[in-house]
Amino acid sequence: MADVVLRNLAKRFGDTQALADLDLSIRDGEFVVLLGPTGAGKTTTLRLIAGLERPDSGRIEIGGRNVATEAPAERDVAFVFQQYSLYPHMTVYENLAFPLKAPVRKLSAEEIDRRVREVARMVRIDHKLENRSTRLSGGEMQRVAIGRALVRRPAIYLMDEPLSSLDAKLRAELRLELKRIQKELGSTLLYVTHDQVEAMTMADRIGIVAEGRLMQVGTPREIYGNPANLHVAARLGQPHINLLPADLLPGGRPPAGTQTVGARTEHLDIIVGKDANAEIDWIEHLGDQNHLHIRAGNHKLVTLADPYLAIAPGDRISLTLRDPLYFDAAGQRLS
Amino acid sequence: MADIRIENLRKEFGSFVAVQDSSFTVHDGEFLALLGPSGCGKTTTLRMIAGLELPSSGKIYLDGEDVTFNRASARDIAFVFQLFALYPHMNVRKNIGFPLLSQGMAKAEIRARAEETARLLQIDHILDRSVSGLAGGDRQRVALGRAIVRRPKCFLMDEPLGTLDAEFREVMVHELRELHNRIHATTVYVTHDQHEAMAMADKIAVMNHGVIEQFGTPQEIYAKPATMYVADFIGSPPMNFMRFTSGLKSGDRSILLDGIDVAVPEIHQDMAESELALGVRPEHIRFSDASALRGAVYGSEYLGTNQVVAVETPGGLIRARVPANRSFRIGERVGLEFNPAKLALFDCRSGRAVPSSLYQETRHG
Repeated sequence: MADVVLRNLAKRFGDTQALADLDLSIRDGEFVVLLGPTGAGKTTTLRLIAGLERPDSGRIEIGGRNVATEAPAERDVAFVFQQYSLYPHMTVYENLAFPLKAPVRKLSAEEIDRRVREVARMVRIDHKLENRSTRLSGGEMQRVAIGRALVRRPAIYLMDEPLSSLDAKLRAELRLELKRIQKELGSTLLYVTHDQVEAMTMADRIGIVAEGRLMQVGTPREIYGNPANLHVAARLGQPHINLLPADLLPGGRPPAGTQTVGARTEHLDIIVGKDANAEIDWIEHLGDQNHLHIRAGNHKLVTLADPYLAIAPGDRISLTLRDPLYFDAAGQRLS
Repeated sequence: MADIRIENLRKEFGSFVAVQDSSFTVHDGEFLALLGPSGCGKTTTLRMIAGLELPSSGKIYLDGEDVTFNRASARDIAFVFQLFALYPHMNVRKNIGFPLLSQGMAKAEIRARAEETARLLQIDHILDRSVSGLAGGDRQRVALGRAIVRRPKCFLMDEPLGTLDAEFREVMVHELRELHNRIHATTVYVTHDQHEAMAMADKIAVMNHGVIEQFGTPQEIYAKPATMYVADFIGSPPMNFMRFTSGLKSGDRSILLDGIDVAVPEIHQDMAESELALGVRPEHIRFSDASALRGAVYGSEYLGTNQVVAVETPGGLIRARVPANRSFRIGERVGLEFNPAKLALFDCRSGRAVPSSLYQETRHG
């Protein structure tokens, strides 16, 4: 395991600036998630580190050494792709052992066996080691694919949306498992996704990427609670943050230059029937919580509420701000 | 608009029973979600209502009229598959008006109806634009406009949002429901996504192996699941189950879980000793050092407003949804306390809920 440092990394494909001035340090043993929409430059970043693409400018250091001239195989990275690709003619055991059998590794048969079984236990596939890899469910195949990366103990794991092809339930299970395994092994991991829940739940630090630029890096709590700009604020949180004109609701203390107020559930106080300035439009019942769809003037807001809160569509409510977020005309956060 | 009544509907494909004797009613203006995994019979049910499949037995009534063997075109319904099939060489106005043109409606009337539909969908400012230059959301709105412009008796939708990415799906879920709030069209919506069903539907039919396991409002299905299958399918994370073996007596107000007394809603049925499961929703768990029911934190997932903490207990992994203001260490010992009024009990063999006061409580407004 090792630190990975990216400095001023830039990459262009024809007319498209895929990546511009990217600076990011991933500490030894850290789980970093790059979050952004399709085309933001996330996958390009992984491919540059892996050596599958060459940067136009900038520097990549793995464990303190500049890897610019090294071939992918020399860089000591393991890549897990979105689509698992196992060797169909091999068993689960053989698939897991394969990366260790390269002659340059000079591992003994006992050492290989020990590592394969240890990793199989971690990804919970140890009961199917003798199965053909083609006779597994989608979730099991992806566990094997992740396991095959884990046996190697490289300097860094690079993962490109490895859970996105799985169904929701399995994805939720593997999220928890992957995070645990990473902590157990002390691995350094760079993971890219467009799913905010994956980023929030697994990352030690999240990097928000948009249009080839890294907009903010921080812990999930920092990024959620203290976003640097409107774009970052809008990336995280369910329901989506409410973006309102500065003078719509009382209770705020907007600093000079405020153009937009950002209000999440925790920034809104609701009192039913008193000095009403808003109305309940409709209620989305999600079981554990309700989403209240509220109309205030010409604006629509969505906020979370306890399902047992006595409130109905058409009710008039008083809506007040409590320490919301303020943004200027350029979308930058004001404090 | 109209109601849809289904009586003992059954469909067999050779020896495979796709839908077993389903009966339900969708009232005029109601939004019903048929929810279940692939192969559960939800799409077959929808296709029978549409007239794209004929049932093996049973009846389908649309607005009181028996349409079981009517052709699809004679049923006055609109079927929405994926919302993306537009005529690329036509502008927005012509795409929306097309179904009326093929009905032979007068030009002025088509124009008026297309404009009214566009206003309803808030796309009246792009009526004269070409559809090929539109963003994804506007394309979907145009496709939806083409379905609703005919004002059919009901809408049938088969996973219309299935191909969208998560963030955009959320936007369209809200738009579809708000559209429904404006036009109140009777709607049957097929999905495998419990979140979509919960967010949009007035009623949900949860299906499994061709059988409707439970039919009710989203709140009923969530709070009072009839079977373990439903309890597990609905909710994210789903309901926790803690298995134990015991008998039950009518009037009991507690159970013994690993030697610990746990208060539950009053039991309304005697049961011989058998394998049971205590069902606990993640948000009905609190951490309390005073509780005898203990476990070690396995992992926690921060979600902004709240967090989901997984705890390893002798009865298995339990997920709790708690406020986000406290951080947990892996391995930390915690005590678990349940909200007794909200607990469900299940017979593991049949999967059915044990009758208790939970299921008789009057509904919350």
